[in-house]
Amino acid sequence: MNIHEYQAKSLFHKEGIPAPQGKVAFTVEEAVAIAKELNSPVTVVKAQIHAGGRGKGGGVKVAKNLDDVKKYATDILGMQLVTHQTGPEGRKVRKVLVEQGSNIEKELYLSLILDREKSMISFIASTEGGMDIEEVSAHHPEKIGTVAVDPVTGFFPFHGRALCEILGLKDPDLQKQMNDIGSKLYKFFLKYDCALLEINPLIITKEKKLMALDGKLNFDDNALFRQKEVVAFRDLDEETKGEIEASKYELAYISLDGEIGCMVNGAGLAMATLDIIQQAGGSPANFLDVGGGADKEKVTAAFKIILSDPKVKAILVNIFGGIMKCDVIAEGVIAAAREMNITVPLVVRLQGTNVEAGKALLASSGLKITPADDLKDAAEKAVRAAKGA
Amino acid sequence: MSIFINKDTKILVQGITGKHGSFHATACLAYGSKIVAGVTPGKGGTKFQENIPIFDSVRAAKEKTGATVSMLFVPPAFAADAIAEAVEAELDLVVAITEGIPVADMIKVKGFLKGRKTRLIGPNCPGVITPGECKIGIMPGHIHKPGRIGVLSRSGTLTYEAVYQLTQRGIGQSTCVGIGGDPVNGTNFIDVLELYERDPGTDGVIMIGEIGGTAEESAADYIKKGMKKPVVAFIAGSAAPPGRRMGHAGAIISGGKGTAKAKFDALRAAGVHICESPGDLGATLAKAIGK
Repeated sequence: MNIHEYQAKSLFHKEGIPAPQGKVAFTVEEAVAIAKELNSPVTVVKAQIHAGGRGKGGGVKVAKNLDDVKKYATDILGMQLVTHQTGPEGRKVRKVLVEQGSNIEKELYLSLILDREKSMISFIASTEGGMDIEEVSAHHPEKIGTVAVDPVTGFFPFHGRALCEILGLKDPDLQKQMNDIGSKLYKFFLKYDCALLEINPLIITKEKKLMALDGKLNFDDNALFRQKEVVAFRDLDEETKGEIEASKYELAYISLDGEIGCMVNGAGLAMATLDIIQQAGGSPANFLDVGGGADKEKVTAAFKIILSDPKVKAILVNIFGGIMKCDVIAEGVIAAAREMNITVPLVVRLQGTNVEAGKALLASSGLKITPADDLKDAAEKAVRAAKGA
Repeated sequence: MSIFINKDTKILVQGITGKHGSFHATACLAYGSKIVAGVTPGKGGTKFQENIPIFDSVRAAKEKTGATVSMLFVPPAFAADAIAEAVEAELDLVVAITEGIPVADMIKVKGFLKGRKTRLIGPNCPGVITPGECKIGIMPGHIHKPGRIGVLSRSGTLTYEAVYQLTQRGIGQSTCVGIGGDPVNGTNFIDVLELYERDPGTDGVIMIGEIGGTAEESAADYIKKGMKKPVVAFIAGSAAPPGRRMGHAGAIISGGKGTAKAKFDALRAAGVHICESPGDLGATLAKAIGK
C-alpha cells in the first residue's frame, strides 16, 4: 500500500525525523490560508498523487508570494498530471501539499528497503540526490552504497558512520544528525511495517541541517492488519474501481493495458497466463488470481471486475483443478456467466481433477464457451476471439 | 529415494484445529502421511479425529510422539511465533503453508534460524510431497506418481501443472518441493538443488521460478558449477509490468531487478533446458532425460 507525501511527512514529524513544515490543501483558498500561516519567504506547492516524477510533469512549483501560491494551486489542483509513472492518461490531482521552502545546499539520496538476498533491512545511500536512483544505478553504480542492518543488533553507530562515509558527510554535527536520523528511520521502518522508505532528496540546508525534502512510503500489505494508522491513510481515489472491488473479495487483481481479460487460480499460473497470451500475439487486460477456493461467489465477483473494464474484448479462464475439482469450477463459471449475461467471447481451459466432467458441463451449458485443452491452445483461441476472428 | 520426507516421517500439525489445518491434515492422513500429533496452545489434552493427540506446545508434542517435522497452518499474525517455537524445539523440518506473514516477522525468524538445526520450507507454499509415501501440504496428492524427477517451485498451481504434465507422460516424481512465493523464505532453490543432486533417487529436475529477487540467478550459478543432473526451467512473469506485486508478495520487479529475462538468460547460460511456455514443461523434461 502507498500513501501520499504529506501523509509520509506527518509520520516523519511524529517520529522526530526532520522535514519541512506544511499542510495539505484541497482547494485554492485552503492553499493560500496555509501559505499565510507558514509565513515563509518561499513556499512550495506540490501535487499529491501516488506517482513519482511530479516535478518534471509540472506538479511542483516554488512560490515567492501569496499571489504565486494562488496561481500555482489553481493550476495544479484538478490538473491531469502526467509523469513517467502515471501512464499517458495521467492522474487527476485532488490535493496539494503547501510547505515552507528550504535553503538547499546539497541534495542526497537515502532509502531503506527489504534486502531479499540478506533477509535484512538495508539502507541505500548516494551523494546523487534529487535524481532517479535507477538512473544513478545504471550510469554511476559506484556512487551508490548499501548498509545492511542485522535484525539481531538493530541500528548501531557504526551503521551511521558507514552512511556518513557513503554520503561524504565530514562535519561532526552533520554526522551526529545522520546517525540520529538513521537510527530513527530504521525503527520507523519496523514500527510501521514498511516495504520501502525513500527520501529523495535528503537535503543539507545552508543552515547545516539534514532534512527530508520528500518522503515516499510503501507498506507491507501482509502487515496492514496491525497498522490501523497507516490503513487510515488509504486513498481510494488513487486506485482503479476494479482494484477496490477486488480487495473486497480478497482477489489479487492488477489492471493492465491489453484487451484479454484473465481469470486464473494461483499467482504463478496467473503470471504464466499473461506470458502465454503475449507469446500468442495478444495482450492481457489484467492479472487476476481467484485463489485456491474458486467458488461461485468469487468467480462471479471476478467476472464483474473483468467486465467493468471497457477494454476487454475476450475472457480467458484458466483453472487448474487440484483440491478444487474441475466440475465444481465449471458449475461456478456457468452460473456466473449466466448471471452476468456475458457477451464477450469466453475461452475456458480446465485441467486437473475431474476434468472430463467439467468439460462436459461446459459443453452442455448452452453458453457460448470455447473450450481449450492446453495452455497454448487456450491463449491462441483467446487472442483470435479478441481480434474478432 | 527422496529428499526431506519419506514414508516413516512423523509429522505434527501446528494449527490442526483451524479450518485449513483440519481440512488438510485430514487429506494428508488419507494420503498415508504419518501425522502423530497436533499443536494448538490451549487445546492440549484433546484429540483430533478421536485418535491424534493435541498438545499445548511443540516441545511436548515432540517428546511424547517422536514427531520430527511440523506442517504449519497457523494464521499470519501468529505464524512467526509458531515457527520460532518449532525451531526452538529442534524439529528437523518446518513446512510453513501460511500465506500473508508480515515480512518484518520473517526477517526476525530468519535471523533466529541461523546456526540452529531446523530447516524451514516456505512460508506461503504448497508444501512437500514424496509421491506414494508422504504428503505434507495442500497439493492434490492424486495427480502425483512415484518416480525419479524432482519438481521445485515458488508457485503452487504451476507446480501442479508440471507434476500433472509429467504424470500424464508416465514420468513419476521423487520429491516435489514448493519453496513459496514470499520475499523472505526459509529454503531457496540452491538448498533443494543440492539435495536433488546428491539424491540417488532423482534423475532430473524441473525448476519453476518467477519474477522478483535473484534466487534464480543464484541457482543458475550453482547449476553451472555443481550440478550434473539435467534441469528444466520456466520463469513466470515475462509479461508482468515493473513495480507491481503479481499476487505473490515476492513477485515484483523493483529497480529494474528481478525480471524474467535476466533469470532466463542466467539459466540458459548455465546450460539449463529452458522452457519458454509452461505448457511444455513435461515435454521439455522428457526430452532432457531422453524419454
